Amino acid sequence: MKTPTKKSRRATNGGPPQTDSADPSRWNLRLYVAGQTPRSITAFKNLKDICEEYLKGKYHIEVIDLMDNPTLARGDQILAIPTLVRKLPEPIRKIIGDLSNTERVLVGLDIKPR
Amino acid sequence: MSRRNRRNDSKPLKGLKKEPTGISGFDEITRGGLPAGRPTLVCGSAGAGKTLFAMEFLVRGAMVYNEPGVFISFEESDEELATNVASLGFDLNQLIADKKLLLDYIFIERSEIEETGEYDLEGLFVRLGHAIDSIGAKRIVLDTLEALFSALSNEAIIRAELRRLFRWLKEKGVTAVITCERGDGTLTRYGLEEYVADCVILLDHRVQNQISTRRLRIVKYRGTAHGTNEYPFFIDEKGFSVLPITSIGLSHRAPTEYVSSGIPRLDTMLNGRGFYRGSSILLSGTAGTGKSTLAAHFVESACRRGERALFFAFEESQDQIIRNMRSIGIDLEPFVRKGLLNFQSARPSSWGLEVHLATMHKAIEEFNPSVVVIDPITNFLAVGDDVETKSMLTRLIDFLKIKQITAMFTSLTSAQTEIEDSEVGVSSLMDAWVLVKNIESNGERNRGLYILKARGIAHSNQVREFLLTSNGIELIDAYIGAEGVLMGSARFGQLARERAAEIERRQETLRKERELRRKQELYELQLMALKGQYESERDAILKELEEEKSRLKTVADQRLEIARLRHADNGGVQIQDQNGTTKARKGKSR
Repeated sequence: MKTPTKKSRRATNGGPPQTDSADPSRWNLRLYVAGQTPRSITAFKNLKDICEEYLKGKYHIEVIDLMDNPTLARGDQILAIPTLVRKLPEPIRKIIGDLSNTERVLVGLDIKPR
Repeated sequence: MSRRNRRNDSKPLKGLKKEPTGISGFDEITRGGLPAGRPTLVCGSAGAGKTLFAMEFLVRGAMVYNEPGVFISFEESDEELATNVASLGFDLNQLIADKKLLLDYIFIERSEIEETGEYDLEGLFVRLGHAIDSIGAKRIVLDTLEALFSALSNEAIIRAELRRLFRWLKEKGVTAVITCERGDGTLTRYGLEEYVADCVILLDHRVQNQISTRRLRIVKYRGTAHGTNEYPFFIDEKGFSVLPITSIGLSHRAPTEYVSSGIPRLDTMLNGRGFYRGSSILLSGTAGTGKSTLAAHFVESACRRGERALFFAFEESQDQIIRNMRSIGIDLEPFVRKGLLNFQSARPSSWGLEVHLATMHKAIEEFNPSVVVIDPITNFLAVGDDVETKSMLTRLIDFLKIKQITAMFTSLTSAQTEIEDSEVGVSSLMDAWVLVKNIESNGERNRGLYILKARGIAHSNQVREFLLTSNGIELIDAYIGAEGVLMGSARFGQLARERAAEIERRQETLRKERELRRKQELYELQLMALKGQYESERDAILKELEEEKSRLKTVADQRLEIARLRHADNGGVQIQDQNGTTKARKGKSR
């Protein structure tokens, strides 16, 4: 069921040498998109930039394209696209939108205090 | 049963294709159901029955019309939904297992969500699309879509996306029901009616005089005729029922069959046959005049004929009625056991008028009786005013007439008012009107009964006295004489006097007859005596004659003897010795 898309493979290249998402990288992020829309691409790019800057070496991004896996929308209760879900660390956080406001994203991810 | 016919009927009427909901009564007022392939807005305040309406739309669609449906819930989880509707006899889990139904719970936790930048609701579309495609759904419910507004802060995006959603639903060709919370002075809190313009249904839950009534109104239904009234509806163990109860008009057929009133002498007063089948009979009278008893007779006779009877009791419980009627020799219990008789007891104040009407409709539809008793109708005045009550009864009577059910309504009139005035204004609706009256005179109360009207039946104009005996009601001719109508002991006294006079007359006759008989006997005896006397006298005379003859013979014999002794040569005399006549002549000639 959790067939990682090509995108998700591409995305796991942020940190130091690592084998898979199961390794002790503390930040497990999931980006839900629906097709390769400009907004999705923007969101992915924004996320990547933020992670590189603030979570370098300790994050893992999984991109889920709901066009390919519509059933996955249910698990994380996805309505808005794009949605970023912080699976780890707990608790789950969701950030919707193209992540263009870095401050808000950092707050949303609890990297910065509210 | 006729739902399919209605569906077909509606087709040639209008170009708009309709999707029957399967909700009892709803398809009638919308003349076919919801607009097929289009979204419909169902709005109402909290607890108005929106979710249930939507769920029944899906469940009936799946069960009756074999159209799979998707239920997207923003408020309740799948389990909660399944539990909630299980009490209505809908087995969601079975339908889900059969791929007839799909529940999807969309839950948005506001506190978890941060918004940053542009987004759309493609995720929702993907979920809906997937849900619809996975079971080939023809129907979809979004309950309550407005939850989006509280979950997401960017209203502009939501509005744009909702507009897109409704367009998308139309393109998908699914019939959608979208429930909405009612706003202050507006149909929906977030103005969704702007987007969903094809059909808007308003559910209302109103409390008047502490009695709640649910009502449904079709605010808008583009491109089709529809009922515009407020229709009462209710939710019971069988789900949602809308009652298209309007006055159906005066086009019902008039049967020429008769139905006995259950009291032979009352039938006699009604041209010997009783009431017309399908007629409405008003039975009015003051307290304790025996209205319910008359009604019980009516019901009993129907059951005896093997017909089904439905008794709506608004004053007494079933047990109480059965017990009380048994005391006057009417045993209703066997009929209840046989299923011929059904009691529906409820306090009038339990519900509003509309719900009463609705329940009665439903009970009648289900039980299919040929005779209905409503005891009494006056109690409805406690719930509604005159106008409402009359309107309700009009609708009920029309409904009963169409079904050709003979209905008896009892009506309690207060002793002070003029009896003809105090009827709920319904007497004009009634075909027959029987009045029972307490007539008070000479220090006692007696029951009188007369027929005030009976349309199309030549009826007696006389007042009858009626008695409640251990064998039920007995009608007696009231004494009508120079002193007016005499009843009770006065009638009894009068009758006793008449009876005494009658007895006297009869005795006189008897006496005369006896006299005659006696005379006859007397004369016969006298005749006998005279005859005896005559006979004895005749015998005496005959005897005398005989004696005379034998004396004469003896004399002749002696003479012959003397002659013989004297040796007289009178041979001729000797020869004729045997012949008396000759002897007599001889004797005379001598």
